[in-house]
Amino acid sequence: MSGCSKRCRLGFVKFAQTIFKLITGTLSKDKIEDELEMTMVCHRPEGLEQLEAQTNFTKRELQVLYRGFKNECPSGVVNEETFKQIYAQFFPHGDASTYAHYLFNAFDTTQTGSVKFEDFVSALSILLRGTVHEKLRWTFNLYDINKDGYINKEEMMDIVKAIYDMMGKYTYPVLKEDTPRQHVDVFFQKMDKNKDGIVTLDEFLESCQEDDNIMKSLQLFQNVM
Amino acid sequence: MAAGVATWLPFARAAAVGWLPLAQQPLPPAPEVKASRGDEVLVVNVSGRRFETWKNTLDRYPDTLLGSSEKEFFYDAESGEYFFDRDPDMFRHVLNFYRTGRLHCPRQECIQAFDEELAFYGLVPELVGDCCLEEYRDRKKENAERLAEDEEAEQAGEGPALPAGSSLRQRLWRAFENPHTSTAALVFYYVTGFFIAVSVIANVVETIPCRSSARRPTREQPCGDRFPMAFFCMDTACVLIFTGEYLLRLFAAPSRCRFLRSVMSLIDVVAILPYYIGLFVPKNDDVSGAFVTLRVFRVFRIFKFSRHSQGLRILGYTLKSCASELGFLLFSLTMAIIIFATVMFYAEKGTSKTNFTSIPAAFWYTIVTMTTLGYGDMVPSTIAGKIFGSICSLSGVLVIALPVPVIVSNFSRIYHQNQRADKRRAQQKVRLARIRLAKSGTTNAFLQYKQNGGLEDSGSGEGQALCVRSRSAFEQQHHHLLHCLEKTTCHEFTDELTFSEALGAVSLGGRTSRSTSVSSQPMGPGSLLSSCCPRRAKRRAIRLANSTASVSRGSMQELDTLAGLRRSPAPQSRSSLNAKPHDSLDLNCDSPDFVAAIISIPTPPVNTPDESQPSSPGGGGSGGRSNTTLRNSSLGTPCLLPETVKISSL
Repeated sequence: MSGCSKRCRLGFVKFAQTIFKLITGTLSKDKIEDELEMTMVCHRPEGLEQLEAQTNFTKRELQVLYRGFKNECPSGVVNEETFKQIYAQFFPHGDASTYAHYLFNAFDTTQTGSVKFEDFVSALSILLRGTVHEKLRWTFNLYDINKDGYINKEEMMDIVKAIYDMMGKYTYPVLKEDTPRQHVDVFFQKMDKNKDGIVTLDEFLESCQEDDNIMKSLQLFQNVM
Repeated sequence: MAAGVATWLPFARAAAVGWLPLAQQPLPPAPEVKASRGDEVLVVNVSGRRFETWKNTLDRYPDTLLGSSEKEFFYDAESGEYFFDRDPDMFRHVLNFYRTGRLHCPRQECIQAFDEELAFYGLVPELVGDCCLEEYRDRKKENAERLAEDEEAEQAGEGPALPAGSSLRQRLWRAFENPHTSTAALVFYYVTGFFIAVSVIANVVETIPCRSSARRPTREQPCGDRFPMAFFCMDTACVLIFTGEYLLRLFAAPSRCRFLRSVMSLIDVVAILPYYIGLFVPKNDDVSGAFVTLRVFRVFRIFKFSRHSQGLRILGYTLKSCASELGFLLFSLTMAIIIFATVMFYAEKGTSKTNFTSIPAAFWYTIVTMTTLGYGDMVPSTIAGKIFGSICSLSGVLVIALPVPVIVSNFSRIYHQNQRADKRRAQQKVRLARIRLAKSGTTNAFLQYKQNGGLEDSGSGEGQALCVRSRSAFEQQHHHLLHCLEKTTCHEFTDELTFSEALGAVSLGGRTSRSTSVSSQPMGPGSLLSSCCPRRAKRRAIRLANSTASVSRGSMQELDTLAGLRRSPAPQSRSSLNAKPHDSLDLNCDSPDFVAAIISIPTPPVNTPDESQPSSPGGGGSGGRSNTTLRNSSLGTPCLLPETVKISSL
């Protein structure tokens, strides 16, 4: 009840203030709080040369990337909502928000809640121009939702469910309830070498490197830029 | 899709790396897309209009885009200028800020567009110069109000369909707040309105003098005394309804504390309290006098109408927002009254038989005169009194006329806002529907593309060119991305029609035939299982080891899984999306009998046709065997080379 009494007290104070204002006829001043709207968080990336040195992109590519980035996010940072909206535009059939959330966490390496251009570009550099090792490590980091260094079945289940959510309702064949679970089981069977229920980074790297399919597919995204 | 989104496509595609370990089939190859910078004068090219300025000018504000190294990202080395793809008219204002130090706000531009430009160039809105600041802030506030209204309306309005599992309380509250959501709520709404009206009318009629009974024809009584029972019953009924309504609202309110303090609930309480007090007060004369005054509060029931009438609410809201002006009016009037009353009193003091017996008595005269009522029950008789009296009436007109326009303009603004909000809400639905219709084109583009057989391999050269309309690079890449997702999840995108067909077929699924097939994919030494119906497939993994050997080891295979019952082997009709075999879909994994899978082996040029030979049935068979060649379901057009679809039954 303390909250209630505090509110009552505040209400009384406000009432007294209103009476006072009525008598003196002061015009209502704009409240200071209204003025301090969310100050625009503005972030400027490091210089072009530095980024070029840190990533595997050329200057030209960085320019192109930045222009697009800046257009969508003039403030220089992407927050999760914008990220989800952008990603959702590519998957109009289903609901991409959960997967976008995990993706966002994978991009936001410093866990600040916003992705700056540097984070964005370094992640892209790994995904598009990195070594196989780096790519696989990035993917492991994506699957490891709580970033504890291990992937357990629940995390995998969440990821797979999020991916299936992106497919939407109208799929062929019809999506069953336990399709994601089966998918996860297959995955674990493949990845979990010592069958202890969790996949470590080494197991993951090893299993992926044994898999021709995955290796071949990793080369697919070379020319995305 | 918005042009800006195109620039994010590479990132979305790169993020697809995250699907790779999960994908049970290899992802399709990427499309081949032909692809495609002491004191000096800088040229800034904004959408074709060239602005030239000294470098120093821009350096004056180093924490903005143009003043920092961020502009290097926009430098075009070949032409030696900085190119920005933005509005050149707005840029003029931005550049002027650098030159003069004052940021001006263009009068004819939309305030939000201006804000966006400022955000892009890194200028804080506070930099708007004093000359334009007031207007800028006003326009911005107006905009913000309008947007907030929209959001509120969306949240509070018909938009949110309550989740199915909402409690009785939530539903009740929603019915109270938005009576048009359900018929019961509407009925309740009208019933309470009716009873409020009845109660108010009864209160009024109660006091009308009725001719009393024949016993005393000359004496007139108010109707309330003549028919006390009838009025009492009516009052009881109304109060019962109001009490019930109040208690229900109290129960349903999400925050009871807040509800108790709200104005409407206070009005409710005040409206019904006199009745209850009257019930419990003993009918002796001392108290009943006080009780009678309490009955006055019954008139507050008329305020309950404000829930029903929007106009009343607007009026109330206006008065609330004009509180300061009203207060000013009141205060200045009071001052004037006291001054003039004093003057009049002393002016008329000498006269005998004067009405101005004291200063408070003169208040009445002053008020009546200042508001130009002029009842005439008190008039000054001395000359001085008359002079001051006329000054009083003239100043009265002035004092009252001043704050009134402010109040009127406030009311008009709020009223129009409300009207606009209603209009906008009505148009919103139509607007959204049209936007959705326009957008559905892109949603279906991928499905259309698949229908036209675009997903087949590039091996079949001209065939493909004929069927598939040329797509832009963006479309190609986007479709590739969606295709990758399909491969990862082993499910395909379809449209609603096909989906409902499939759903219907699944529910019909029986188990007539025991034809089973298992698909598998050779991934090298057999530990890896990439079938899409893994439960079945897992068990058959071992058995498949043999059969996989002969299956194509092509670089890309499409794997479709369906379990089906076989109807008569009549030539199948092609559905809109998939040339479904005459098997209907039945992912009936519970059935221990069968899982049918179709392997379709497209023809990458690498594969030789030999590899698509039907495999020898592996393992021990159970039940019926069938080896059928079925058309690949997903590549439906004549363009595709029908490759073997193997079903090996076990």
